[in-house]
Amino acid sequence: MIRDITIGQYYPADSILHRLDPRLKLNGTLIFIISIFLFNTFYGYIAVTIFLASIIKMSKVPFKFIARGLKAIIVILLFTMTFNLFLTPGDVLLQVGFLKITRQGLHSALFMGIRLTYLILGSSLMTFTTTPNQLTDGLERLLWPLRRIKVPVHEIAMMMSIALRFIPILLEETDKIMKAQMARGADFESGGIIKRAKGLVPLLVPLFVSAFRRANDLAMAMEARCYRGGEGRTKMKPLRYEGRDGLAYIVLLAYLAVVIVISIFEDRLPVIL
Amino acid sequence: MINLQIVFDNINYVYSSGTAFEQYALKDINLKISKGEFIGLIGHTGSGKSTLIQHMNGLIKASSGGIYYEGQNIYDSNYSMRELRSKVGLVFQYPEHQLFETTVFKDVCFGPKNLGLDKLEVELRAYEALKMVGIGEDLLDASPFELSGGQKRRVAIAGILAMRPEVLILDEPTAGLDPMGRDEILGQVANLHKEKGLTVILVTHSMEDVAKYVDRILVMNKGNLVMDQETRKVFARYKELEEMYLAAPQVTYITNELKAKGLDINTDATTVAEAKEDILKYINN
Repeated sequence: MIRDITIGQYYPADSILHRLDPRLKLNGTLIFIISIFLFNTFYGYIAVTIFLASIIKMSKVPFKFIARGLKAIIVILLFTMTFNLFLTPGDVLLQVGFLKITRQGLHSALFMGIRLTYLILGSSLMTFTTTPNQLTDGLERLLWPLRRIKVPVHEIAMMMSIALRFIPILLEETDKIMKAQMARGADFESGGIIKRAKGLVPLLVPLFVSAFRRANDLAMAMEARCYRGGEGRTKMKPLRYEGRDGLAYIVLLAYLAVVIVISIFEDRLPVIL
Repeated sequence: MINLQIVFDNINYVYSSGTAFEQYALKDINLKISKGEFIGLIGHTGSGKSTLIQHMNGLIKASSGGIYYEGQNIYDSNYSMRELRSKVGLVFQYPEHQLFETTVFKDVCFGPKNLGLDKLEVELRAYEALKMVGIGEDLLDASPFELSGGQKRRVAIAGILAMRPEVLILDEPTAGLDPMGRDEILGQVANLHKEKGLTVILVTHSMEDVAKYVDRILVMNKGNLVMDQETRKVFARYKELEEMYLAAPQVTYITNELKAKGLDINTDATTVAEAKEDILKYINN
């Protein structure tokens, strides 16, 4: 039952996006997120939408799948939009009782909504097209220079990949332990908060013990294969930029340039909303 | 009819029903288990053994079909799953992984406590159960994590026995134990079967264990119950078993090999003791 939870879902497919270097995708996501907050008018919105739509199309990930990520923030989204809609002062368009909708409110709500939506869509697209291990590799390479100021980049990356690797294993273990305790009459479902919290002890203690045991075994196994930390350690599949990555960077920078230009000049353009 | 303890009526269990990934873990299982039987459940990895036994105590709900415990439909809305789980004890593989309490005694008390019994009854049952599995009194206040592997396992089994089940299902109880440990555990289970009349279902990969203790064998293959007969009859079909990536006890092969070489010998034997008898009988004639 717990096995239905997937974290940072990766959608396997063979697309250009899947084949791009993870560093590029990490940087690209950052650039995209910045770009969402640069524009303030309809024109900027068009540029960003075109970009996002083409990226989505290129990823070969079905839109229904991507849209699922929005389900999680639907509450926040509606909340934010409603607040902005009714509480922004300005030229009143509609008034119902003491609730007033202003033009600025409409603008604000709409753009906030779009920004949030695009934020989720853009970042999930990254996790959909990049495996967790690729992500950690990319992050490790990008943060590598931080080693000069004693940031343990390698160790952090190693911890991340091990943690990711063990998520499904520990979830399965949780399932097994739950069932074993249920076979002894344990009840994980009924009762108030305190009762249920107490009821988690027979689940958490064995789980922790198991996790520590596995960590111990893993450490020994790694040592037995001569792991001594990041010093002088090489990779079997080092990240290497390909031609398509260079092209992608150019496209990204061009896109950023367009959005910046629009954001500078959009005040001079006729206002639509 | 009154003797029938567990009945499976056309049980099916499907994963991802209705999607492209639909998979039958259990298909058309029909099964009747009587009180006091000692049954072996064998099958290749992934054949559905674990799924099957988890249906017996209601941990998993069948996709279709009915399960009856002592004549009552366990899927009835009035039926208490809690009660079922106190009557049908299920010991998972590597049961020592479920130990969590601060002392051995407290851990064994967990089961009966969940049944809502009063303190005296809970402790009585815990004492009893620990005695049954041969855990000495000196260990009662020890932390379960201080015990050896074999001891931990026995404590875990005691944890289920303390619930006074009428049926005891053991999923590979001897996994990871040395030969002496294996004999100890199975010996104790056999004793419980004899002395308390417990119905026992033993899931195992060891054909020798099955041959030694079990009267009837259920063979699972790819979600189907393909054989349901007395021990001897199942092992006689060893060629079919091989096709399912299973085997018969070593003695079966030896006696059959001898017969093939011309010795007019009984090939019924499933244990070394029996084979020895048969071979001696042949030699003395």
